[in-house]
Amino acid sequence: MGLHWGGASVSTDAQRNSALGKDLVVYGIILAIAALQVLMAYHTAPGKQLMLQMLALALVQGGIAVAFFMHLRDEKRGLILALIPTTIFVLVMMNMIWSDSFRLFRMHP
Amino acid sequence: MSTQRIQPSYATASGGTLSEANLVRGGHDTDLHGSDVMEARPFAIPSKKLVMWLFIISDAVTFGAMLFAYGYLKNASPNWPAPFKFYPSIFNVLLMTFVLVSSSLTMLIAVRHAKVGDKAKAIRWTYVTAALGILFAVLHLREWSSLAAEGVHMFSNPWGSPMFGATFYSITGLHLTHVLGGVIALTTVGTRYGTGRYTADDLELGALYWHFVDLVWMFVVPMVYLMNIAR
Repeated sequence: MGLHWGGASVSTDAQRNSALGKDLVVYGIILAIAALQVLMAYHTAPGKQLMLQMLALALVQGGIAVAFFMHLRDEKRGLILALIPTTIFVLVMMNMIWSDSFRLFRMHP
Repeated sequence: MSTQRIQPSYATASGGTLSEANLVRGGHDTDLHGSDVMEARPFAIPSKKLVMWLFIISDAVTFGAMLFAYGYLKNASPNWPAPFKFYPSIFNVLLMTFVLVSSSLTMLIAVRHAKVGDKAKAIRWTYVTAALGILFAVLHLREWSSLAAEGVHMFSNPWGSPMFGATFYSITGLHLTHVLGGVIALTTVGTRYGTGRYTADDLELGALYWHFVDLVWMFVVPMVYLMNIAR
């Protein structure tokens, strides 16, 4: 019995350490991306290209956080399909405002 | 005259009836025809967790709309200011990012301890997370006061479009409100988890919300701060 419990404890500790190791790697990647964004902000001229690069890095950062910190990758595929495409759809639909935002400069949408 | 107690009964989907006692037991029961009364959970998660996910996606759309509005006004304004110097603003933002991402890590550790039943460590790490949230709020207020000292107010600033202050304070203010709400929620859930009123699953819900607050910050920093650095 004692051996059994001892074994279970070691196994649980090993699993916990392994999970913490993975969390630390994810944590490091997110911070590294944040640092990369700052470097890019100072080394790239402001404009559309910088904005797209920033957005792409933020999406990678956010995707990692949702998958590993929020554990969405461990959930059933049905939940992922119910949540992510609908959110992306609504956010993509908001993009229709951009043409109007340039109207003041071009005097047409 | 004899008194007879009548058990109330309820109709079920398959046409049978289910007694009140069965309903009270939680519904994991069968009706008179032996069919399952309760439907299986479609996403195999507790309903509380599903509701938290639905709240998160609706809140994500709220923040998305605010960031789109920010972009719209920036595009439509010929004199959008770029006031953020490396010191103090960007340095402060980097520090805030470090604190918030670290708080996500401490919350992960808290949930892992809660899942294996180590209550004391789970509570301790939850309080560490809340403390980091407070530190984030303090750094945020320092950032705001430094900008206010330079003349950035809700509807005026010394450099250009007056809408800059309105959008900047709205987005960062909404995020700060979420952080402060999260600090209150984590403190409450941590305390009640300690008294046995809440479970590890409740702590996990708090963690889910806290990671979302961290996620939003990952978009606010590049879109609001880094796209407007002073050169």
